[in-house]
Parts: sequence; structure tokens; C-alpha cells
Amino acid sequence: MSKSNVQEAFKERVDYEELMNCTRCGFCLPSCPTYIQTGGNEASSPRGRIALMRSVVEGRKKPDAEVEAQLNECLGCRACEPACPSGVNYGHLLEQARTVINEHKSYSLPVKVLRKATFDWLFMSHDRMQKLHRLRYMYERTPMQNVMRKSGIFKLFPGETATMERVVPPAVPPSELNEVPEVESAAKPAVKKVAFFRGCLMSTMFAETNESTRFLLKQAGCDIVTPKTQECCGALHAHGGETDKAKMLAKKNIEAFEQAEVDAIVSNAGGCGAGLKEYPFLLRDEPEWADRAKQFSEKSMDISTLLASLALPPMKLDAQLVTYQPSCHLSNVMKERGNVEALLGRIEGVQYVAMREKDQCCGSAGIYNLVQPKMAMKILDKKMSDVKDTKASCIVTSNPGCLLQMKAGVERENLSSEVQAVHIVDLLAQAVKNAETVEV
Amino acid sequence: MLEAKVKKKLIAIVGKSRFSDTEEQRIVYSYDGTPGFQAEPDAVIRPASTSEVQQIVRLCAEHKVPIVPRGSGTNLCAGTTPTHGGVVMLFTEMNRILEVDMDNLTMTVQPGVTTLEIVNRAESEGLFYPPDPSSMKISTIGGNINENSGGLRGLKYGVTKDYIMGLEFVLANGEVIRTGGKLAKDVAGYDLTKLMIGAEGTLGIITEATLKLVPKPEKKETMLALFPDMESSAKAVSSIIASKIIPATLEFLDQPTLEAVEAFSQIGLPTSAGAVLLMEQDGESHVVYEHMEQMKKICEKEGAISVEKARNESEALALTEARRSALTALARRRPTTMLEDATVPRSRLAEMVRFIESTAKKYNVEICTFGHAGDGNLHPTCMTDVRDEEEMHRVEEAFAEIFARAIELGGTITGEHGVGEMKSPYLAWKLGDAGVEAMKAIKTALDPQNIMNPGKMFAKEARKRITVGGGSSEQVQRTGSV
Repeated sequence: MSKSNVQEAFKERVDYEELMNCTRCGFCLPSCPTYIQTGGNEASSPRGRIALMRSVVEGRKKPDAEVEAQLNECLGCRACEPACPSGVNYGHLLEQARTVINEHKSYSLPVKVLRKATFDWLFMSHDRMQKLHRLRYMYERTPMQNVMRKSGIFKLFPGETATMERVVPPAVPPSELNEVPEVESAAKPAVKKVAFFRGCLMSTMFAETNESTRFLLKQAGCDIVTPKTQECCGALHAHGGETDKAKMLAKKNIEAFEQAEVDAIVSNAGGCGAGLKEYPFLLRDEPEWADRAKQFSEKSMDISTLLASLALPPMKLDAQLVTYQPSCHLSNVMKERGNVEALLGRIEGVQYVAMREKDQCCGSAGIYNLVQPKMAMKILDKKMSDVKDTKASCIVTSNPGCLLQMKAGVERENLSSEVQAVHIVDLLAQAVKNAETVEV
Repeated sequence: MLEAKVKKKLIAIVGKSRFSDTEEQRIVYSYDGTPGFQAEPDAVIRPASTSEVQQIVRLCAEHKVPIVPRGSGTNLCAGTTPTHGGVVMLFTEMNRILEVDMDNLTMTVQPGVTTLEIVNRAESEGLFYPPDPSSMKISTIGGNINENSGGLRGLKYGVTKDYIMGLEFVLANGEVIRTGGKLAKDVAGYDLTKLMIGAEGTLGIITEATLKLVPKPEKKETMLALFPDMESSAKAVSSIIASKIIPATLEFLDQPTLEAVEAFSQIGLPTSAGAVLLMEQDGESHVVYEHMEQMKKICEKEGAISVEKARNESEALALTEARRSALTALARRRPTTMLEDATVPRSRLAEMVRFIESTAKKYNVEICTFGHAGDGNLHPTCMTDVRDEEEMHRVEEAFAEIFARAIELGGTITGEHGVGEMKSPYLAWKLGDAGVEAMKAIKTALDPQNIMNPGKMFAKEARKRITVGGGSSEQVQRTGSV
């Protein structure tokens, strides 16, 4: 495709009104991790990226490698949005620009294969996710894992693959994955009926966290529906510029959850929850879906928000300092803040200590840490220095990407004997169970 | 485009990694925080020392290349748009706090340090750096000095110029001068320190500054009062000052701003109220308590509908929410937000706000006013769209009248944003032709080739002066203020 076609597509598809809403005040600059890590490079800031997008739309600049590199360098953490006085929807602009670039791009063969495998095959089907999980389970249970680790083969992969391979949680037996019933009852008289959005990675790689989530929902008095026909949220596709696939998944999910008449649609990954919240934007060009997407979006919320509003059984843990790394999309897109901290405050023995600049992204950002490892690790190292200053022995997260990234950070700092990284629901479930044993 | 040999020599000074003339860099350094102004530089350069700045300046002087020093580009007067191209000089490599002197209560910094870092560092030492422009989270001290930035605490604590004790700067001929020092008293010659403050980079390039720090106030309290109209709130302001209380902040919102804030954040502000005053006092506990009580009584006496004092920090935050979100609430209404800073003596505040309201009506433009009631520094903020030429013309006409009226009331065209390129056509309105000539003489003496941020401060063509008010009392006011 020629550059002029991309330029035309930029003009048509990137919202010029929204670009013009940026008054260039610069209030977004201090919120942007890449601006800070580049030592104040305007081009690596939201204001600079908007200026670049605008220069393409206005025909001043070709949509060349410089523009693409800047769009790729952006984490998509959207911390710039709450900082923006004009309310510019930067995340939407970024997605629009990335979609155009992606559609006009000819990727190299290995990247093409990888993208196809990820976006078209794996994350388009819950069944395939489960099959892959079975393979991983086998891999962990055979000498394969040890052989692979010892061979140092992961060092040949880009960036931090070796660290990441070490920090993913061990696979639960595949048989357990299928045992999630479609309907479950609350452990006490029900106060709410909720639907559980299981997520694709959460229901396989992080199956135990999903288990904890359902446990807590029941303890909090929620009847649960887990629709069988639900699929991946599509956020990964949307961020990667694969809008059509994201839309397809969104429609499947809207249909799957419409059947269950519930008070709320609960997810336990900030990245997925934000993806669900964004369905009205994703389907903005399809008026027949507008109402359905809106209803779906309004019902979705993070598990921490729901639990913070409900009564829970007593929770108790050994005395410890705990810090929290919020999921950017939970804070900036779902705009649900403060609930995880509130829940931590309800655990006896836990003292919550806020880290400096906790609202800054940890560098995980979906698959960012795999495709932009250098920047991701710079950001992570800064984050870990803030974590260390809190003296906390436990880092709580609210999204699987953040969890793996924080685990990787703990590994990099050689702190694995002193510091653990854990998802908030796993910590809460542990605290409930612990309090029960103490009482008995 | 820079000549190839100039580019080569610039790279020789700073190295390849700190020089750039890519299209990307030229685009992203073509603007600052001012709507409607944009011009691309030929290159961007990041010196790491005073000596590198000197070498760059000498080279640019030799080849007559303009130099535009730029901090974080948040100014609102088109002070750092490279109007005539040339080299944008960034201070991202000169961003260190060099010293905190606890004996002399000073801090010595490089120009690229952010205001927030200075404030935080001072606080960590139990000290206080008061200037707080609203962009302080990212604005640099170099930018603050060049624009002589103000902020919410101006009334009680003064502005940037009141905290600059000494400077190091590079002149257009490449010479370095150090002025002032850690001295409360220094009358050795012209006050070149003050001359450089607010000079917008037109006289030289600041490479180091020594700041004055003050002890951190023991306590701070916050109060919010609603008034039925602008006049009663203005009376309250006058009475507060007349009773010899100087609050740390004394901010106001007019009725249209109030409506916009309520529409945006729905925090339960009665939009029927005509004006809001936000008051804060800091200092020793008992003094703060007494002042707050007195101010409360004054507000009630002047007819406040309600006066609410915060009992703790979170309540204080809730009360300041309306003022803090004013710009946000307004900025979301239209694509372009023009934030002006016409300033009048505080005794003329209500009159000025009324004039702004009627002028907005006359030109059929949307202008809301909020700002610093205590020091008369208003922020008439116009919500518009730079693409609509016809409307922009009306906006310009309206602001011209607002500036003219501010001057007639003994005020000024800009209280804290600076002149830059944007206000340069109005400079003579405030200073008179002789005043502008005197300033030009200074400029020509120090920068005969006009390479230091050219196109700023002095307009190619001054705007024809207009009168809107007239009347002898205002004439007296104006003469008195100059």
C-alpha cells in the first residue's frame, strides 16, 4: 500500500474533532511514563503523539516509520486522560491510528504468523485457549520444562521472555477448567445476581484466581452465572489494531450475557474490564448494537468495586505491609479507583502502604513488555525502586499482565524470597480462609 | 533549514544524540500551550552545561541563527513557538538541583528542573517555595523565570521574581554573567537579575538560578463562600484586605464558570449563586484560626448565602474542587480554550468582571471568568474554535476591548502569562510608545543581531489603540499605576 492511501485512511478514520480538542496545555506530560523515561522527549508524550497524528491528517507529514514508532512506543495506559483538562479521548485516537497503520502494513513473515496465531486463532476461541493450556500443563509435568530452562533457549527470544517464562503460575490440571458450573448459588442468602466474565487468560493461565473470584462472590452473597458461550473480551485485538475481530468478539459476548438477567457483569482483570466498558465505542458505527452495547457496558464492573460495596466474612492474615500497583485500565478507563485499597483495609493484619507514583503504569501494558522490552524494563525498574521504598512484603495487583510484570520485577531485583506479587482476589480469598481456620 | 556547516558544528558541540532536525522533532517542538500559534524550528538541541550553551550561542551569533529556549512548553503567550525558525534549545539535560543551602535558605538549580521538584525538595527540608503556577507539575523553573510566572499564592507570597536571588545567564555574544547571589541586600549596579526575569529569553539564556526559600507554614485552612452576586463578593474581598488580613489564596469564580463547573462535575453547587470565593490562610495555628473566623464574619456581613469551613484535609480538597476544576470544566465545552490574564487593581474587580460579561454579549462569544480575586488577576476564558475564522475575529475584538478596559482601570494586559508573540501587539497599550522604545533600546543593546527568541515581546505592527471607558477618574488611575 502506498503512503498516500494510509494518509487518506488517516484523514477518514482518525477523529479530527478529537485531535482538535487537544489545546496543547501540556498537563498530560507528567502523567506519561514514556515522556518521563525518554528524559522529556515531546514526541514521546501524548501531546506530541497527538501533534504527529494531526500532522498526518493535515498532510504535513507522511505516515512514515517515525509516526509508527511513536504510536508503538505508547503503552496505551491512558494515564494522560484523567490529567487532560479538555477530556481528550487519547486512547480512542491511538486505537484509530493504530488500526489504520495495521491495515496498511505488510508485516514480515514471522510477525505475520505470530499475529495470525495470536489474534485470529488463539484469542478468538475459548476452546483453543483451553487446548493450549493442556499442552502447557503437559510441558510442566514432563522433563521438557527443565530441559528447556537449562538449555537457555529462552534467552534467544526477544526481551524478557526468559523471565516471563519463569514467573507464569503453574498450570492447574485441565480437568478443573471444565468444572466451572454455569449457575452457582451464594453461600448465604443472595443479595445480588451477577454474571462472571471469566476472561481467556484468567480462565486458563490464572484459573486459580478465577476460582478465588467465584469463592469470594459466593461468600459476599452473590448468585453467579458464568455463560458458556462467552469469548475473549477483544481488548488485545482492539489495541493491536485488529478492530474487526474485536467487534466480532464483542458481539458474541453481548449476546452471551444478555440471556443472563443479572445486576452486574463482573470481571477480575482491569484490561478485560476496560475492554468490556469500551464496547459502545468499539461498536460506534453499528447503530443496531448501540443500546445493547451500552447496557452491557453499564453493567460491567471490576470485582474489587463490587466486593467493596458488599459485606464479606472476617478476613485475617499474618501482620504484613502491603502495597498496590493499580491496573491502568481499571483506573483510567473503567475509572474505578480506591476499591482495592478499601478492601485491603478490611483485612486484619494487613497494613496498606501507598507507593510513590502508584498510578504510573508498570510497563506490562498488554503485550507491550514483549514487543517493547527495553522501554518496559526501564519503566519496571523505576516502579520496583518505588516498591522497595515502601518496604512492603506483598505487591497486590488487579490485572494478570500487571501481576506477571510485578513478578518479573521481583525476580529482576532478586527479591523472590522476601516479596510476593499477588492478585487482590487471591489475597482476599486467602484471608477469608485463614480467618475461618483461626476461628475453628 | 540550517546550513550544513552550522549543523555539523552544532553536532560537534553536543554530540549526535543531543541534536536533532528530524521531521518528527521539528513538528513536536513547533508549538507551546498557546492555541493558534505554530512555527517549526530548523533543529532542536539539548545542551548539558553552561559552556555548551555558550558555544551554541556563539555559533548561532556567527551565523545569525535564532535561538528559542524552551522548558516544557506550557506557556500561554506563544513565548516559545519558534516564530522565525532557528534552534529550539531544551534543558532536559540541565535538570539538576545543585544545592540546598540550609544556612542561607536558598536552593540553586539548573533551568530544566520542574517547579514541582523544587516545591517537593523544599518541603522535604521543612521549607517552602511558594510560586505555584497551575502547570507546576511539569513547568520548568527556567520557563517560570522567563515568564515570571504567578499562581494562586501571589497575593500573600508574591510571584517567581520575588524568589529569584541570583542568576547565571549567557548573553547573545556568548559571555556569561552571574548576578545577585545568596544576598538579601545587593545594590551593586543595575538589577540585571530582575531584568532577566520575565524577559522571555529575548535578552539571554538562563543557565542557573538561586532561589529563596521560606519556612514552611505550620497550618493551612480552607473556606468556601457563596455570594448572591459579583458585587457582594468583591466587597467581601475588599473588607478582608481592609481588615489587614492577607489570605494565602483568595480565588473567585463568576456565575457562568460556576454553571460550567456544576454541569461538568455535579458537586451540588447552587448555580443560582452569583459568585464563589475560595479562601485559604496559612501560618501559625492561632493566627490562622482567628483569620478564618474573621473572614467568615466578613463574608456573612457582606451577604454571603453560605460560608463553609473545611474540618479536615479531605473536606478542604472537596471545597477547592470547584476552583481546581474550573479550567477543566470550561475546556471541555469547545475545541479551543483561550485563557487570558488581564489584571486590575483588586478594588476594580467587580467592575472588570461585569465589563467582561457585557463585552462577551456584545461580540456574541462565550467568556467565563475566574481567577485570583485577591490580586485582581482575572482569567477571562473564552471557549471557541480556532478553525472558525469569523468567530476568532470576534474573540480577538472582544479581548482587545477587555485589555483596553483593564488598562483604563489601572490594570495590565497580562498579569502572569507573559507577552510572547501573542500579546506583543498590545504591549504599547500598557507601556506607551516611549515605554516600548526604552525596552527596545535594552533589547538592541544586549542582542544587536536579534537572535534571542526573535518575534517575541515586540510586534512588527502594534495594534491601533482603542478606548472603551473614558472618564477622568480612570485616567487618574492609569497614570497612578504606570
